[in-house]
Amino acid sequence: MHIVVCMKQVPDSAQIRVHPVTNTIMRQGVPTIINPYDLFALEEAMRWRDKFKGALTVLTMGPPMAEDSLRKALTFGADRAVLLTDRFFAGSDTLATSFALASALEKISTEFGAPAMIFTGKQTIDGDTAQVGPGIAKRLGLNQLTYVSRIVELDQAADKIVVERRAEGGVQILSTRLPVLITMLEGVNEIRRGTLDDALRAARAKIITWNAADAGITDLTLCGLRGSPTIVKKVFAPSPRAEKAHKIPTADVPVELLAENVISEIFKRQPAVEGDLMKFSAGQ
Amino acid sequence: MSEAAKPAPAPASRAGAKKELPEHFKAYKHVWVVVESEHGEVHPVSFELLGEGRLLANKRGVELAAVVLGGDAKAIASAARECFEYGADLVYTVTDPVLAHYRNEAYTRAMTDLVNTYKPEILLLGATTLGRDLAGSVATTLRTGLTADCTELAIDDEGSLAATRPTFGGSLLCTILTLNYRPQMATVRPRVLQMPSRQTGRTGRIVEHALGLAEDDVVTKVVQFIADRDSNKAQLSYADIVVAGGLGLQSAENFQLVKSLAEVLGAEYGGSRPLVQKGWMTSDRQIGQTGKTIRPKLYIAAGISGAIQHRVGVEGADLIVAINTDPNAPIFDFAHLGIVADAIRLLPALTEAFRKHLSVNRLAC
Ligand SMILES: Cc1cc2nc3c(=O)[nH]c(=O)nc-3n(C[C@H](O)[C@H](O)[C@H](O)COP(=O)(O)OP(=O)(O)OC[C@H]3O[C@@H](n4cnc5c(N)ncnc54)[C@H](O)[C@@H]3O)c2cc1C
Ligand SMILES: Nc1ncnc2c1ncn2[C@@H]1O[C@H](COP(=O)(O)O)[C@@H](O)[C@H]1O
Repeated sequence: MHIVVCMKQVPDSAQIRVHPVTNTIMRQGVPTIINPYDLFALEEAMRWRDKFKGALTVLTMGPPMAEDSLRKALTFGADRAVLLTDRFFAGSDTLATSFALASALEKISTEFGAPAMIFTGKQTIDGDTAQVGPGIAKRLGLNQLTYVSRIVELDQAADKIVVERRAEGGVQILSTRLPVLITMLEGVNEIRRGTLDDALRAARAKIITWNAADAGITDLTLCGLRGSPTIVKKVFAPSPRAEKAHKIPTADVPVELLAENVISEIFKRQPAVEGDLMKFSAGQ
Repeated sequence: MSEAAKPAPAPASRAGAKKELPEHFKAYKHVWVVVESEHGEVHPVSFELLGEGRLLANKRGVELAAVVLGGDAKAIASAARECFEYGADLVYTVTDPVLAHYRNEAYTRAMTDLVNTYKPEILLLGATTLGRDLAGSVATTLRTGLTADCTELAIDDEGSLAATRPTFGGSLLCTILTLNYRPQMATVRPRVLQMPSRQTGRTGRIVEHALGLAEDDVVTKVVQFIADRDSNKAQLSYADIVVAGGLGLQSAENFQLVKSLAEVLGAEYGGSRPLVQKGWMTSDRQIGQTGKTIRPKLYIAAGISGAIQHRVGVEGADLIVAINTDPNAPIFDFAHLGIVADAIRLLPALTEAFRKHLSVNRLAC
């Protein structure tokens, strides 16, 4: 069984800082990581790869330095890594991203065998749209299983898969036919460490690197900025409220008194809250 | 590829830059809201979207339509009645047993059929698991632009939908347009928009559309649905009072102080995203852009700095009270009441003081 995991290299948000004066993002020197949500997809994919003694390919679209993330995925235990990189991909929105990734996936399919399952994370921490997975599924005509918390059953002979899916107000148990695209929910497993063998192999491994033409893309108008129907009109800092927060004086005020002052200020501004609380406590 | 796919011809040059709408898109008019009405009840986010959609439609001088899909004619009729009362001029309905439960294939097919037939200029969905699953497929099938998780929608001077969402990195927002493609699609999370008031007795037109899909055409089957034990309403998003903590609390033990205050107030508790990463609370308690959006009457934030991703999740609160040791913390830019103090000391004092207030009241009753 061949399984592909799409993962993205993202800046480590925990270390992003905003410039105190200009209010712009300071990206310089910010380390990059594998999108945390994609690690749940990778681990799930590796478990099924192990079970069926299959092969696992990781795919990333990004700048050349995204190679680091792919190598990291190899140390966890992925078998093969493909980097899709081309300046024509710059400025891709979700539609253009899913086009490029779907093209690469078709190429992967002819080169290394058709995948039975393609995994993505639930969403990225930078784009944050949760749309790229469904976009790939539609483009490749795959059955789409989003927000999957568990793969209950996988019957390769019958091309059948049963999963639990997080739905509005409950859990759906869905059954469908392979091949599928799965977006994996977070917190459902924990990424393995990888073996020493994996680490050694990863250090030497050749990352397969494709540009748009290599991935079989002939129409460049569908890529990057040109292939993106959405455009960013402006980026701006949120305006502070016209009137700043009313600061309750704290200097030399004992904490018990401060608490009283806070409560009376709350009740003064929101009498409804006081009413609700009185009802609540009376009902206790 | 899905057979409903009708890719639009790509415009000649860079997608966004050209202002002239391609000829075949000029017939696209009206604002649509996709209504979620699984399990017989309309999701409140659909009404919130109708409220906003009404404003957008008025500004554009077009009609507001709701789309109701499902398997049960009675439930659909009742959902349609509600949509009129929340502002829809007309409701498109598709009633078909294959739509009884949400499935991507069938719903995508129904939506793309409707769009290709009746041609809306704006299509809005809730950013719920259903809405996101559906929006991505519909936008890809129609080859149009989609802006996810918007915090503000407006019509700009040129008449385009200007969709604003936070952008990566902590403190910026960006406004996104879809100029050369139709429909312009956006998703908005529950509670970001205000619930419009209901106009009882208001009615409108119903347009019934046939799907023509047989159960055998749909590969994916719903084997079972296990409803959550907690009812939707008791959750954080719809709570009247919310107490939340952030990294300023410094430890999981101190986060208990937030829970204690919440308990005395009969409130829900939550926190900023790092607390989930640290394992101090579960992810369903996260407040903000990638967690829950709340609109309580009172929000108390202790030890939270007020990053934009947090801010957009709480801005709808009537009264925001912030406790932070840093007088320059960004949260004081949007809080109503600010207390520059150590939350680890103030929270227990607040809990005690509230308890006293409330027990006095109990004696008086
Ligand atoms: C794509 C993306 C999505 C995100 N989504 C969310 C989201 O949904 N929700 C969310 O909350 N964040 C989200 N974040 C993270 C967000 O950018 C901030 O990093 C986060 O909100 C900061 O959490 P915090 O305020 O608890 O911590 P910090 O920013 O570290 O702030 C701690 C604050 O506590 C104060 N403090 C310290 N000691 C005390 C004390 N004793 N008493 C009182 N105050 C004290 C400090 O002055 C400081 O202001 C997201 C980030 C990204 C990139
Ligand atoms: N550039 C990319 N390369 C590979 N996979 C991606 C890329 N962008 C998004 N994905 C995948 O799509 C998922 C959803 O991304 P997003 O729509 O940006 O939230 C991610 O979790 C990844 O698995």
